Amino acid sequence: MNKPLPNSLRQGPDGRGRFGEFGGRFVAETLMPLILEVEAAYEASKKDAAFQAEWRRLLTHYVGRPSPLWYAERLTTHLRKKAAPGKGAKVYFKRDELNHTGAHKINAVLGQILLAKKMGKTRIIAETGAGQHGVATATACALMDLPCVVYMGATDVERQQPNVFRMKLLGAQIVPVTSGAATLKDAMNEGLRDWVANVHDTYYCIGTVAGPHPYPAMVRDFQSVIGTEARAQMLEAEGRLPDVLVAAVGGGSNAMGLFYPFLDDKDVAMVGVEAAGRGLDTHEHAAALSRGRPGVLHGNRTYLLQDGDGQITEAHSISAGLDYPGVGPEHSWLHEIGRVQYVGATDDEALEAFQLCSRQEGIIPALEPAHALAHVIKAAPEMPADSIMLMNLCGRGDKDIFTVAKHLGENI
Amino acid sequence: MSRIAAKFAALRQEGRGALVTYLQAFDPDRETYRAILHGLPAAGADVIEVGVPFTDPMADGPSIQKAGQRALKAGATAAGVLDLVRSLRTLDDTTPVVLMGYYNPILTYGVEAFCKDAATAGADGLIIVDVPPEEADEVEPHATANGLDLIRLIAPTTDEARLPKVLAATTGFIYYVAITGITGTRSADYASMAPTIANLKRHTDLPVAIGFGIRSPAQAAEAAQAADGAVVGTALVDTLAASLDSEGRAGPDTVKNVLGQVSGLAQAVRAARKVAA
Repeated sequence: MNKPLPNSLRQGPDGRGRFGEFGGRFVAETLMPLILEVEAAYEASKKDAAFQAEWRRLLTHYVGRPSPLWYAERLTTHLRKKAAPGKGAKVYFKRDELNHTGAHKINAVLGQILLAKKMGKTRIIAETGAGQHGVATATACALMDLPCVVYMGATDVERQQPNVFRMKLLGAQIVPVTSGAATLKDAMNEGLRDWVANVHDTYYCIGTVAGPHPYPAMVRDFQSVIGTEARAQMLEAEGRLPDVLVAAVGGGSNAMGLFYPFLDDKDVAMVGVEAAGRGLDTHEHAAALSRGRPGVLHGNRTYLLQDGDGQITEAHSISAGLDYPGVGPEHSWLHEIGRVQYVGATDDEALEAFQLCSRQEGIIPALEPAHALAHVIKAAPEMPADSIMLMNLCGRGDKDIFTVAKHLGENI
Repeated sequence: MSRIAAKFAALRQEGRGALVTYLQAFDPDRETYRAILHGLPAAGADVIEVGVPFTDPMADGPSIQKAGQRALKAGATAAGVLDLVRSLRTLDDTTPVVLMGYYNPILTYGVEAFCKDAATAGADGLIIVDVPPEEADEVEPHATANGLDLIRLIAPTTDEARLPKVLAATTGFIYYVAITGITGTRSADYASMAPTIANLKRHTDLPVAIGFGIRSPAQAAEAAQAADGAVVGTALVDTLAASLDSEGRAGPDTVKNVLGQVSGLAQAVRAARKVAA
């Protein structure tokens, strides 16, 4: 008799790389054999103790994991001032901004570059938006002595100069992409084009939980180290699980990393915060789940910003890392089944959260988690004082100080 | 017999390969493209690929990306593309038309409705670049029900283990991608491809057309001789682009230059008789 499957939300994707109807492998034939090769290599690496040990070693001694769980006490107190009596959740940060290179991206990059080496690939390419994934990839390539080419939208090259220079220092070649709106989507197109032309020696290190299978599952698995640590740390700190998890969602890698290990904890609510740009009811936002509909782009079926003819429309966000018209397919599925609630935070709300966090906690967050924080600021005062909110502070704000200064009218 | 099968059968009788042309519908605008499309059979195109514009053509090089941007700016829609095919069919009922593009515009139109409307408009086949055999189950039944061939690309990376799976999912003809890469970036030595094509033919009875990187009449002739046809796309798009003004509008020679180039390619392909087997 077949053993009934446990009622788990952590079994995806299926054999076709689908989460419900989302995901899949929508790529040109030239890439298809390579995608299958990556999948086989990744599946093998899961059972390869030496591979896992090497990845863990790098996380511990190179990245600095585990990242701390921080009780944001001053912020909590500050938010309680506005709350009704007995209200105001305790706010915790999972501090992945303390990782080497300043964001969560390095977790999955190290796993992927180890995989690339194992596959015998000798050249690494990556796309980047805010530059965090590009910096992480350039870093891992420097460490492992591999040539690295990073595709970056020309608009993003302009607004993320510090990270562009960092990548150069690390020895990467940065290719500005001028097609489309010259942002993350266009960089990903160009990355895929490079890969098609160089399949024999090149590994494409994708920065988020999107793209063709196995990338959404693989990047999620590597990033799940965030949620796994946070779960144990929270049990130790509070003796119980948090009531709500909050994370910013562009492609959605930091959010999947935090959420995934908690998906079967029924009492833990989850909120993904998309970039609402100038407002969800304007045309200038990056809220694929809140305002898009399902379609196929970059190798997967997922929610996309698109017009009535199925042409992809441009996203907008003050945060280059959230400026993407799609979202990882697992998020699309979690959205449809209602397991995760997806909301928006505007550019202005993120800017305000950015400043508040700097002053209240002495932590300058990246603009991406500042979107998550904007939701915390709205939601925490509505929750009972004995409830716990855990937010993924997935990146630090050093790269954003020029953008923020410009918006605040400061000359630096 | 479908127009595609009939055309390749007729060319086999003639002892020559096919010239397959690709341009993007609505490039640089609807009426200029319509004039080109209507002129293609007389200029010598044996099979016409009509590019369906998409904002994010991941398998295409800069020339075709720009063509897509011009076409979308000119108001291209899937329905508009089908209207153009319909207008060709009032003049020509034998030249096969293959719609080539990406999945999302078709998905938005509705796969079933698109297949039905494409067949009604007079299209004969589909190439959906980002739908590999693994994902074809949502397209295949509708294509088959409407008599549309699903033409597939086979790449140098498609290994022996994978080949039967791809071939089994292909009808009409096989589009052999001569290079690993995107359209219009590099060329191959097409004359040397005969053994590769022969190997492919051990697995299939379908005609094989070679594409990617074919620019000159001589290359087209070599490819058509090595296989059953040569696909020329970027070279035609480049000629079209060179005739436009600085705003991307059609010039006085746009239609003439493109059709003139097609004639030159056709002459070379027609002169390249196949050695009797």
